[in-house]
Amino acid sequence: MREIDVKDITAAVKEAAIAANHELGEDLLHALAHGQATEESPTGREVFRLLLENARIARENRIPICQDCGLAVVFVDLGQDVHLVGGHLNDAIQAGVRQGYEEGYLRKSLCHPLTRKNTGDNTPAVIYTTIVPGDRVKLTVVPKGGGSENMSRVHMLRPAAGLAGIKAKVVETVREAGANPCPPIIVGVGIGGTFEQAALLAKKALLREVGSKNPDPELAALEEEFLTLVNKTGIGPAGLGGRLTALAVHINMMPCHIASLPVAVNIQCHASRHKEVIL
Amino acid sequence: MPRTITLVTPLTDQDVEALEIGDTVLVNGVIYTARDAAHKRLVDLLAAGQPLPVDLRGQIMFYVGPSPARPGRVIGAAGPTTSYRMDPYAPQLLALGLKAMIGKGKRAPEVIAAMQTYKAVYLGAIGGAGALISQAIQEAEIVAYEDLGPEAIRRLVVENLPTIVINDCRGNDLYELGMQQYAQD
Ligand code: SF4
Repeated sequence: MREIDVKDITAAVKEAAIAANHELGEDLLHALAHGQATEESPTGREVFRLLLENARIARENRIPICQDCGLAVVFVDLGQDVHLVGGHLNDAIQAGVRQGYEEGYLRKSLCHPLTRKNTGDNTPAVIYTTIVPGDRVKLTVVPKGGGSENMSRVHMLRPAAGLAGIKAKVVETVREAGANPCPPIIVGVGIGGTFEQAALLAKKALLREVGSKNPDPELAALEEEFLTLVNKTGIGPAGLGGRLTALAVHINMMPCHIASLPVAVNIQCHASRHKEVIL
Repeated sequence: MPRTITLVTPLTDQDVEALEIGDTVLVNGVIYTARDAAHKRLVDLLAAGQPLPVDLRGQIMFYVGPSPARPGRVIGAAGPTTSYRMDPYAPQLLALGLKAMIGKGKRAPEVIAAMQTYKAVYLGAIGGAGALISQAIQEAEIVAYEDLGPEAIRRLVVENLPTIVINDCRGNDLYELGMQQYAQD
C-alpha cells in the first residue's frame, strides 16, 4: 500500500489545468507545422501559420491558447495499491480545478443549464475514475471547449447500417459542423458499447497522440480511410476551404449488444489541450 | 485577388458595400463584445420597449467571451465564439443599424437576408487564435451587464484586428464557396 495525500492531487490538477491551457502538445505543434507545409489552399496555409503563432504567443506571454478554457474533464487512473489520505479524491480534484482556473487567469465557463448563471469557479469538473493495477495515480486534465463539444453526436444505428452507416455518420457529423468547431479538427470515434460508453470511447480516443498509429491494424486502416473521407468535405482550416479539415481520426471500439450499433463522434478543435501527470 | 482593407468604426453603408467575401479586413477603433446571455438581455429590452445600453448604429459586435486579464494586461485571450447561437437575435440588432458582426461559423439564412436588407457584413476571425487576436486589443472596459462575467458587454479599442469577410451585403458566403472549391467526391 502506497499512501498519497489528496493535497498532492489538488496541486497536480491545478498545475495541469494551467499548463494545458497555455502549452499545446508537441504532437499538435508538429501536426500544425505539417499542415502549414502541405495544405493546398493558400488561405489554409496562412491559417496554420497563424495557429502556430498563436501557440507561441500563448506559451511565451502566458495567455490562454483559446479564451474558451473549457470544461475541465479529468480522467483518473487510480492504482489499486494506492491508499488516499487527507480527504476525498473528488473534492481534491474539484479544488485543483477551482484553484487552477482562478490563479491561472482562465475563463470560467460553466453555468446552471436553465438559469444560465455562471457557477463562478469552473466547477464541477467531469471526473472519470478507473481502478487500475499498481501503486500510482495518473491524472489527465482535459479542458474541453464548448464550440467543438456542441458539434459532437451519438447515433444509435441499426446493426444493418454496418460499416457504411458508421462512415456516413462520421462524415455527416463533420460536414454539419463546418467551421463551427474550429477546424482543423481531430475526430474521436467510439464504436460499440452502450449509449454512454460509445461517447466515452470517442472522448478517450481524442487523448491519443496525434500522428500515432492505432495499435489495432484493422482500426488503423479504418482511421486512414475515415480521415481521407472527412478531408474530402473541403471545409479546410478555419472552414475557409481546403484539404485539411481534420488532422486525425482516432477510433476506439468494443463489443455491443446484438440489437445495437452505437456510434459516437466527439469533435475536438485544434486547441486540443490535455495534460497528464503521474503521481 | 483577395484584398486587404483597413476599416475604422463607426462604419457607413458605403464601407459595407465596398466589401466582398474573401477580403481581409483589419478592424480599427471601438467595437463591442456580446455573446449569448448579453444578446438575450438586449433583445428582452427591445421587446419591453426599453433603450439599449449601447447605441449600435454603425457599430461592430464581436462575439467573444474573453479570459480574465492578468494584472497589468488589457485582456486575456479573446477569439471568436460560434455565431449560430446569436442567429435568433442578430436580425433585430441589424435592424437597429449594427453594421458588422465578428465571429466564427455559418450564419442562418435569416441573418444573411437581414445583412442584405440592412446593409451589414459578417466577418470571420480565426477560431481558437485567442492569444494572437488579443494582441490587437488596446483597451477593454465593461459597459453593461458586469454580473455576466465573461459574457458582459465590453467596449474594446482595437488596432488592426484581423478578420475576413464571410458574408457580404449581397448574400454571398465564403464558407460555401471555399468548401465547394476544395470538395472532392
Ligand atoms: S472550439 Fe476549441 S478552439 Fe474553438 S473556440 Fe472553442 S475551445 Fe477554442
